[in-house]
Amino acid sequence: MLVKNFFKGGAKVPHFKNTAECETVKMEVPEKVRIPMLQHIGAPCEPCVKKGDTVRVGQIIGNSDKYISSPIHSSVSGTVTDVAPMLYAGGIYVTTVEIKTDGNQELYEGIKPPSFSNSNEFVSAIRESGLVGLGGAGFPAHVKLSPPSGKKIDTLIINAAECEPYITSDYREIIENSWNVISGINIIMEVLEIDNVLIGIEDNKPEAIKEMTRVAETDDKINVVKLKSRYPQGAEKMLIYATTGRKVPPGKLPADVGVIVMNVNSVSFISEYTKTGMPLIKKRITVDGPSVKRPANVEALIGTPISEVFNFCGGFGIVPKKILMGGPMMGIAQFTLDTPVLKHTNALLAFDETKAVLPKEQACIRCGRCVKACPMNLLPLQLNNNTIKENIEELNKYHVMDCIECGSCAYVCPAKINLVQSIRLGKAQVKQAAAKGGK
Amino acid sequence: MEKSFIVSSSPHIRDNASTRQIMLDVIIALIPASLAGVYFFGPRTLMVILVSVLACVLSEYASRKLMKRSNTILDLSAVVTGLLLALNLPPTAPLWMVVIGAVVAVVVIKQLFGGLGQNFINPALGARVFLFISYAGHMTNWVIPGADGVSSATPLGLLKAEEAAEIVFPSYKDLFLGNIGGCIGEVSAAALLIGGVYLVAKKVIGPEIPLAYIGTLGLFTWIFGGPTFFAGDFLYHILSGGLMLGAIYMATDYATSPMTTKGRIIMGIGCGLLTGIIRLYTNYPEGVSFAILLMNIAVPLIDRYTVPKSFGGGKAVE
Repeated sequence: MLVKNFFKGGAKVPHFKNTAECETVKMEVPEKVRIPMLQHIGAPCEPCVKKGDTVRVGQIIGNSDKYISSPIHSSVSGTVTDVAPMLYAGGIYVTTVEIKTDGNQELYEGIKPPSFSNSNEFVSAIRESGLVGLGGAGFPAHVKLSPPSGKKIDTLIINAAECEPYITSDYREIIENSWNVISGINIIMEVLEIDNVLIGIEDNKPEAIKEMTRVAETDDKINVVKLKSRYPQGAEKMLIYATTGRKVPPGKLPADVGVIVMNVNSVSFISEYTKTGMPLIKKRITVDGPSVKRPANVEALIGTPISEVFNFCGGFGIVPKKILMGGPMMGIAQFTLDTPVLKHTNALLAFDETKAVLPKEQACIRCGRCVKACPMNLLPLQLNNNTIKENIEELNKYHVMDCIECGSCAYVCPAKINLVQSIRLGKAQVKQAAAKGGK
Repeated sequence: MEKSFIVSSSPHIRDNASTRQIMLDVIIALIPASLAGVYFFGPRTLMVILVSVLACVLSEYASRKLMKRSNTILDLSAVVTGLLLALNLPPTAPLWMVVIGAVVAVVVIKQLFGGLGQNFINPALGARVFLFISYAGHMTNWVIPGADGVSSATPLGLLKAEEAAEIVFPSYKDLFLGNIGGCIGEVSAAALLIGGVYLVAKKVIGPEIPLAYIGTLGLFTWIFGGPTFFAGDFLYHILSGGLMLGAIYMATDYATSPMTTKGRIIMGIGCGLLTGIIRLYTNYPEGVSFAILLMNIAVPLIDRYTVPKSFGGGKAVE
């Protein structure tokens, strides 16, 4: 086991891994699912079913001819009851296919294990599977797995850092399905001809480190890297640096420094998919937070309304005031419980009033804590100042576009300034100015 | 929607740090130096401290009320300013003068420039220099610890007293403990260091500015402070005057110091050089206040030229 480099900055966040020992429990098929046509970074899919159609499990119901996109499959068998735009957190309307389930979960006839003999066929099979990065960002996996020609990939990094508080979804995958992880890794190694695999796990998960070390023992090409527990250790650039010592320059991709980073759940899925041909239709979700009666790790079908996931966990004890999809550092606050589970949903958190209400903003005292905390080496307070002034030139001077929005700065700010919110606005200002043809 | 949820931008959790806690830590760190001042110069000193703190808090409250801004006295920053101002005054300071200093510090230097975090020079130091120029007599009326009302010169004053026939310099021990003439809070290097260690341990301040400042001044006075090069009594310089108070508590003031480590080291070196130059080559025995104020003004410039590269070595977009 290797202990490698450590990035500068970051924040010491609480762990709250309350559900670490909660074995995954499978949720029943809901009465109705709502499956949005955008569950990834990239172009949204066009629905290829219409109201009244019957669909089966694993059937493609939305696809796109754009490269950076990922097909959407039905997670249930049943009848399409509606195809209409639905409002999601973030203020965007996405075409959503609503399916009334018949409870039989009949498989689509086209489902069979994919066959591939070279990397191109492998990558198109992965595209067909609908796999997107399951760590939370949802970047289409087939794009990750096809590096631009001329870029030699020598290292595959498996992201099992899981640095966000509460979430134990990656951890459970290692504890419950470690051989799947290894077999998924082996498939990628073989197809992409990679000889070096590093599995990064934070040192607050000794059991996971032990388990992965055990199953990887016989293969000296696969090594477990013990990472220091510090947020945002699982951020792609930080993880690459921690495991290999390589720094991805701003605006560049991991492939530019010869690595591919995959989430531990993603590689495990690849192993399952090559065996069964079943596309991505379900997801393990950590359900936690002070308002949840019985915190748990739940396997839910994609499209399940989150209200049903919470109900499955005993409902709410204390009245929830904030619902998060994802972790507390980067997760997205939801405005309704009708929102469905998405491909890359890894946690659903319910905060009561005491946790939901953030402290009031005060004046910046220039203490520099945000500067120390920024893993990207930026000056968050200057970005905030220049966003307020809408000073595009200065925002660029302070590298606003390099911000990864990890939230470390806002977390440590003693004046409780909503720095990430401000920086996001600053990025939007820069993009808008660029679109207008300004500097 | 039957239930309404709070939606806000991530992150959704925050740590326990607060402006108030930071200010409280600074106050705690200044307690040893304040006690040392009271011990060496008598109970009247306590009066100066209390009046200064009270006048600062009242000025903050009244000026913000007058400007129709929110009440900020609970963030304790005015208490810190009051405490620092008092520690920068001679024990004999008349109370009316203390009040004037407090008003200048809080109203003129801090609030008129936008309040907490917006002042371009350190409020307490700015007020001290204002008083020094306006009431030079009162501001240089030094006394020997213990002996009531017996005038004396400060250790640095002795260095400039060319005429005196027989000068007895204080020992390093007296300099370290504070058994010397000087401002209320500057005399005891030991007490100031204890507070400094507390602040660094609590991560309220980084060690960069104090170390760079003290180190630079030590080096400068060692090289140029003696009859020949490299023969200066640098320890005497380090332990005398307002250096400890200035380096640990004033030069590190957030609003008026750079925000990057590199910038802070530049700030410390600049303060050290200016203090050394003033002490050795001008009519003033002491240069800490002026040095820090001059560097305060240079902070925006330092910040401008120390913008770090992004992780991965990105260049600034020109």
